[in-house]
Order: sequence, then C-alpha cells, then structure tokens
Amino acid sequence: MRRHLRNLLERGIGVAMLICALLSVATTAGIILTLVGQSVPFFRAVPLGEFFAGRKWAPLFEPPRYGLLPLICGTFLITVGALLVAVPIGVSAALFLSECAPRRLRDVLKPVLEILAGVPSVVYGFFALTFLTPNVIAKLVPSTPIFNAASAAIVVGIMIIPTICSLSDDAFRAVPRSLREAGFALSATRFEVAGRIVLPGAASGVVAAILLAVGRAIGETMAVTIAAGIKPTLTLNPFESVQTMTAFIAEVSEGDVEAGTMASHCLFAVGLVLFAITLGVNLVARWFSRRFREVYE
Amino acid sequence: MVIMDQPQGSLAGAAKAEMRPSPVSAPEPAGETIVRIENLTIRYGDFSAVKNVSLDVYRNQATALIGPSGCGKSTLLRAINRMNDFVPNCQVDGRIVVRGRSIYDPGCDPVDLRRHIGMVFQKPNPFPKSIYRNVSWGAKINGYRGDMDALVEQCLRRAGLWEEVKDKLKQVALNLSGGQQQRLCIARALALQPDVLLMDEPCSALDPIATARIEDLIDQLKTDYTVVLVTHNMQQAARVSDRTAFLYMGELIEVEDTHVLFTHPRHPRTQAYITGRFG
Amino acid sequence: MTSAAPSISMLYQPRLARRKACNVVFYVTGAAVCAMTVALLATLIGVVLKDGWTFLTVRFVTSFPSRIEPELAGVKPALFGSLCVVLMTGVISVPLGVGAAVYLSEYAGDSRLNRFIQLNIANLAGVPSIVYGLLGLAVFVRWLHLGSSILAGSLTMSLLVLPVIIISAREAIAAVPQSLRQAAYALGATRWQTVRAHVLPSALPGILTGVILSLSRAVGEAAPLLIVGAAAFMLSMPGSQAGGGAWNKLVAIGTDNFAVLPIQIFNWCKEPDVVFQQLAAAGIVVLLAALLAMNSVAVGIRLWHQRKRTW
Repeated sequence: MRRHLRNLLERGIGVAMLICALLSVATTAGIILTLVGQSVPFFRAVPLGEFFAGRKWAPLFEPPRYGLLPLICGTFLITVGALLVAVPIGVSAALFLSECAPRRLRDVLKPVLEILAGVPSVVYGFFALTFLTPNVIAKLVPSTPIFNAASAAIVVGIMIIPTICSLSDDAFRAVPRSLREAGFALSATRFEVAGRIVLPGAASGVVAAILLAVGRAIGETMAVTIAAGIKPTLTLNPFESVQTMTAFIAEVSEGDVEAGTMASHCLFAVGLVLFAITLGVNLVARWFSRRFREVYE
Repeated sequence: MVIMDQPQGSLAGAAKAEMRPSPVSAPEPAGETIVRIENLTIRYGDFSAVKNVSLDVYRNQATALIGPSGCGKSTLLRAINRMNDFVPNCQVDGRIVVRGRSIYDPGCDPVDLRRHIGMVFQKPNPFPKSIYRNVSWGAKINGYRGDMDALVEQCLRRAGLWEEVKDKLKQVALNLSGGQQQRLCIARALALQPDVLLMDEPCSALDPIATARIEDLIDQLKTDYTVVLVTHNMQQAARVSDRTAFLYMGELIEVEDTHVLFTHPRHPRTQAYITGRFG
Repeated sequence: MTSAAPSISMLYQPRLARRKACNVVFYVTGAAVCAMTVALLATLIGVVLKDGWTFLTVRFVTSFPSRIEPELAGVKPALFGSLCVVLMTGVISVPLGVGAAVYLSEYAGDSRLNRFIQLNIANLAGVPSIVYGLLGLAVFVRWLHLGSSILAGSLTMSLLVLPVIIISAREAIAAVPQSLRQAAYALGATRWQTVRAHVLPSALPGILTGVILSLSRAVGEAAPLLIVGAAAFMLSMPGSQAGGGAWNKLVAIGTDNFAVLPIQIFNWCKEPDVVFQQLAAAGIVVLLAALLAMNSVAVGIRLWHQRKRTW
C-alpha cells in the first residue's frame, strides 16, 4: 500500500514537471494564437497590399492610413545604425580580448560588459534624449530635432555591444589553439593570425552573434520610444524623427485601447509582423551557430 | 606497426650505414652547424623543463630528440623557433644561435625568425581553407612575388601530395585523411623555403602506413632542409635520423650519431631507455 | 628543385616593418575600443548622477509623483509597484521554471519531445519583450478579466523570464556530477527522492543566481507592463482603499492598478521641463541601485558557492 502510494506520488510529480515544461510550448502557442487571432479583423479590413506597400502610417487619424512601410523603415534605420555602432566595436573588442589582451584586462572588461547589458533600456533612452542628442548630435548636425533616429540608433548599438562582444568572444575562443600555432609558425604576426585565421575561422559564429543582436535591436522598445520619437516617417535620414514598430505599439497602448476596436487589432497586426521578423532572424542565427559548431567538432 | 615498419626501417638503416662517408666512430660529423644551442635553460615558473642543454644541429641532417614524456624535448624544439613565447611565465636562459644570430637577443624578431624555421605539429592542423590556400597562406603574408601556382605545386610535390590532390586544390583541406593533412602541413611549411624544419612528433596521430610515408618524406627532405624531429618512437628515430639526442628530466644525457647511440650508448640511462626498460 | 631553392627565396618580400605597424595599430585599436566601453559606462553613470543629484534624498523614495509640484515628487508608489511585481513574478515563475528544468534534465531523456521543448525555449528567449506584453494584454487583462493589475503584470513578466530561468537552472543542474545521482539511485532512492535530496540542493546556488539575474531583468523591463496597462502616475498606493484583513489587503493590492519604476522614469522622460529630466535621472539612480543590490546578492552567492563546492 505504501509502495503504491509512493509510486503514485512519483508519477504525479513527473507529470507536474512535464506540465511546467509544456508551459513554454503553451506560451509559444499563446503568442501565435493571440497575435493571429486578434489581427484577423484587421487584415479583413485592410488589404495586404496597402499594409505592406502603403507609404503612410496614420491608423488613428480620420481617414486612417495603414501603410506599414514607415514603421518598417524606422525599425530598419535604427537597427542598421545600431549595427554600424556595435559591430565594429563589439567584434574588435572581442578579437582583442581573445587574441591579445592580458588576463587582467579581460577580468576588468567582462564585468563592464555585463553591466552594460544589465542596464535597463529606459536608462539608455534617457541617456540618448538628455545627453547624446543635445551634446553630441545637435553639435554635429544642428538642425536635428530633439527626437531623432541617430541618438536612438547609437544607444541601441551600445545596448547590443555586450551581446555581440561576448558571443563573438566565445566563437573566437572555440577556434582551436593549434590553428593559431600553425599561423605563428608560418611567420604571421598576432594581427595576421587574428585577422586571417581566427576571424574567418569563427565567421559563422560571429554572424550568429550579430543576428542575435539584430533580433534584440528590432525588438527594443523603450529606448527607441523615448529617443526616436513617435512620428512615422518614411526616411533613411538618421537625423529625423522616426517611429519603429515597437514604438508604435508602446505609443498606442499608453492610452487605454478598447478591446475589439480597430486600434487594438492594428496593435496586434504590427505585433505579428514584429514577431515574425524576430523569429526569422533568430532561426537564421541558430542555423549559423549550429554550422559554426559543426566545423570544430 | 612492427610488421609494417620493421623491414623498411632496417633497410633504410643499413643503407645509411653503408653510405655514410665518415668513419663510424667520428665524434663530430661533417657539415656546418645551422642551429647552436648553448647552455639553454627553460623554466615555467619554478619548474625547469630544460636544464642547461647545449646541442648543435648540422645542416642537411635529421636530428632526433628522444626521451620519455615530460623530458623537455618538445619544449626544447619549440624554443628553436620561439613558439614558447606564447606560453605564459616561460623564461629562457642561455643562447640559441641560428645562422650566426642569437635568437633571444632583443634585436631578433621572432616573426622574421619563424620564416626561416618551419614547424610541423603533433596533430595535423590544416587551416579550414582550401588545399591551395593552405599552402599559399604563409607565402602570401610574407609577400611572395613569384608564380604562386608554381610554388604551390612545387611544395605539394616535395611533400609527396601533388598526385593525390592536384584535381581538388580548391577543396577544403579538412576532407583529406590524417596522413594527407600532415603532408599538407609539411608542404605549407616548405612554402616559406625555411632552412630548418622542426617536427614535433609528426606521426603520433597517424596510422602506420601514413607514418611510413612521412618517414620516407623526412628522409628525402634532408637533401634540401635541416630537420629536427621530436619523437617518442625509438624505431622512428633510428630509421630517419642521422643524429639522436637523448633527453631525460630536462637534461641532455647523450647526443651521438644515431647508429652509434643505438648500438653503443655511453650512458647507462640511455642504454636503459633504448632497451625499453623505462619510458 | 634543389638548384631553384636559393633563387626562390629572393622572391619573398616580407615587409616586416609594415606588418609590425599593422600589428601595433591592431593592439592600439583594441585597447582603445575596450577603453571606450569603460568610458561609455562611466559617462552613462556620470550623466545620470549629475542630473539626478538634487533629488536624491530620502524624501524622493517616500513621496508620490506630482505634476503640479514636481519639486516634491517621489517614487514611492512606483518603487512599491516594482517590488510587488518582482516578488509575485518570482513566486510564479521560479517553481514553474525549476520544474521545467528538472523535467528536461532529469526526466525527459533525449526524446523528440525534449528537443522540441528546448528549441521552443531557445526561441522564446529571443522573442521581444513587447510581444509578451501583447500576449498579456490579450490573455490576462482581457480574456481572464484581470484588468491592468499587478497580478496581470506579474503573470506577463513570469512568461517573459521563464525561458531565462529554465536555461540557467538547466545549466546549474547539469553541473551536478552524475556520480551523485548514481550514488542515490544505488541506495534505492526514487527519481524524485534523488532530485529533492541531492540534485536540487547541489544545484541550488546556481539556480538562485540565475533566478536573481533574470528577476533583475524583469525589474528594469518596462515595455510589457506598458502594454498591460501599468499606470503613468499613481497618486495612491495600490490597494490602499481596501479595508479588512491581511488577505483582503493582499487581494486588493494584486488586483489594483500599479506603477513601476521604469515606467515612472519613462513618463518623466517625456516631459519637456528640465525638472522632470532631473526626476527621471534620480529615478534611474534608484533603479540602478536596486539592480546593483540584486546583482551583488547573485555574485555573493556565486562566490560563496565556489568556495564551498568540493567536487
């Protein structure tokens, strides 16, 4: 009898834990179901052609215009700008750390990167708005408005430096020591070993790191909302106000959105696009990182 | 291993003994000294890996360094092209003179030094690039201005690999077998036209057939290059080298013409090692 | 070949000086970039401290925000809201996350289901936080009629931090040596007995570190709560209208609207007046201090654990 009870308990706990694990699957299903379900009315009302090719985004005005391009463009502008900041800094710092830096420097720099990664995104938004824009960007391009893509892109870049740097560093350190030795034995300098053996050898790992950072940049909300503004603009000029997809979602949901209204459906439609893009980017990143691991295993 | 190698090894040994011009007991064989190691001591922190070793390496000969594992033979080899620079707390005292230049002098540039002293490692370590780019890599960064295709072919021929890979030069080197990879690494080192070729147990990761091919190759390379070979395999030392140095606990116990060392070792420890009593 | 060798060696032009110069440039650039990241962090902290200095008093954490008298504003309700959300998020997500991690590493084996769940978790970790906000809005706020409450916010946050907790807990559990499990099984322990008595206690410090780090991420996160409908300005404490016993009070807090620190900061950021910028900066200092405290605890646990661990 007691044994029976124990087996039952044993079973029950196993099932309970399985449920915990399945919760993650339920979350994914929930995300997809709500995003799709809530945006169905939107796509019934707005033709796909207008949504993806329309050049004007004014969903809360009369008459509403639902061209997503300005938001996509804003997101794109911020992401590219962030990469321009973060990729050179992140990759070169990682290369320097893994190939040349003394242990001491590593021990100092790793925590600094961890802190940069842990700083909340509102803080970066504040930094962009109150420091970067007036003190740096307005000095370079005086006509820049207070809310501009450049400052947002720079802080998003700073936010993704730790991701790029630490994942690239891992990739560089996965390149076998023996390949570096082969390079040195062929009379290469440290720079040549770093640039011509380690960097190409870890290329797909670095690409994976960059793509994961892209995913983060696309999904970044608060800093972008604070610094880049809420004016949807179809422009590639970083010294203008833009609105990203995330900033739109944040802006709309700040005022209470009634369920069942067009504004609400619109919110979920933009969320669906955002989710699809980041999921795609993350899947490609995983593919690259798997390919990288295959090379050296 | 024994079945494969023994006949060939003894043949080569016999041929060598007959062809040797100088008398068997000559203390110093003819030939110019190309690497002179003088009172070399190498420490890792408190541990002395190499203790006060003096050794001459002669041009166009194969010199084997043998000894039980941990005896410092690899450390000694890596000191010759300053690969020990990459080991933290490695401290070198004494001198190594290569072609008249003391290589641990502040004025000597290790990058330049390694152009003249090639190295082949224990495990084949081709770059994850094409066969062609593996061979041309060193020549390219060292500003080779001749015909690169010709150089690649020549080096691959010299390493006895050309016939096997000539149709797939653009393929990734990692698809080659272990023995082919190791010969590719030799070809890669030859592309810089080094004076000395250091080999750190080049066959320890290979099967017997691949080992035999590398050993043949070492024998051929002696005509143009000077080879210093670390091996834990005494038969290999006996088969391919002209001179053999026996190291034990970081000290150089004995250095002699190979056939002398293996037939009439002077030191009892050498005797014990080559007869297989330890190591 | 033999005769060709000397002439060939004439064809090398190693240009050592140039290559060494490149090497030096590489070193200098690398060092400069590293110095730059440190400088960035220093600037960030410096700017915040300088702007927020005037408001950093005890009164700031004991007062309510005020549009009319910004000089007297404070972060009391936001701080309280953040505290409630992080506690409730922890209560919800830690058992679920650790349970999932235990299932994946101790129960599941290498089944197809296991691999699918893991792929799923990895992908969830990359979903933007604002998307979790939309999920929370649709499911907790509207469908379950929880409204824009602390409970809805905490449930949303729990889903957000779950993947991170599961991943870090799995790492901690994987670090427990296999011999410990085998020893327990050999003594006739069941799976759950082994997990409860041996695996979890050994992995506990690692799990705790991961939990604290992911909860600290939740403290700084504003986007999902913004979507769920956290208030811009709370002029009273959550649940302050409720009377009666402790349970009533707790329910009232859980179901009341709330503000959190990052959203309070966000709202101050949007005000054009300079005094609000200073308030935002002061709020940031409070937020960073809270994060620093949480991270110090995590680091402390890690160090203590490293010293204690004997395997």
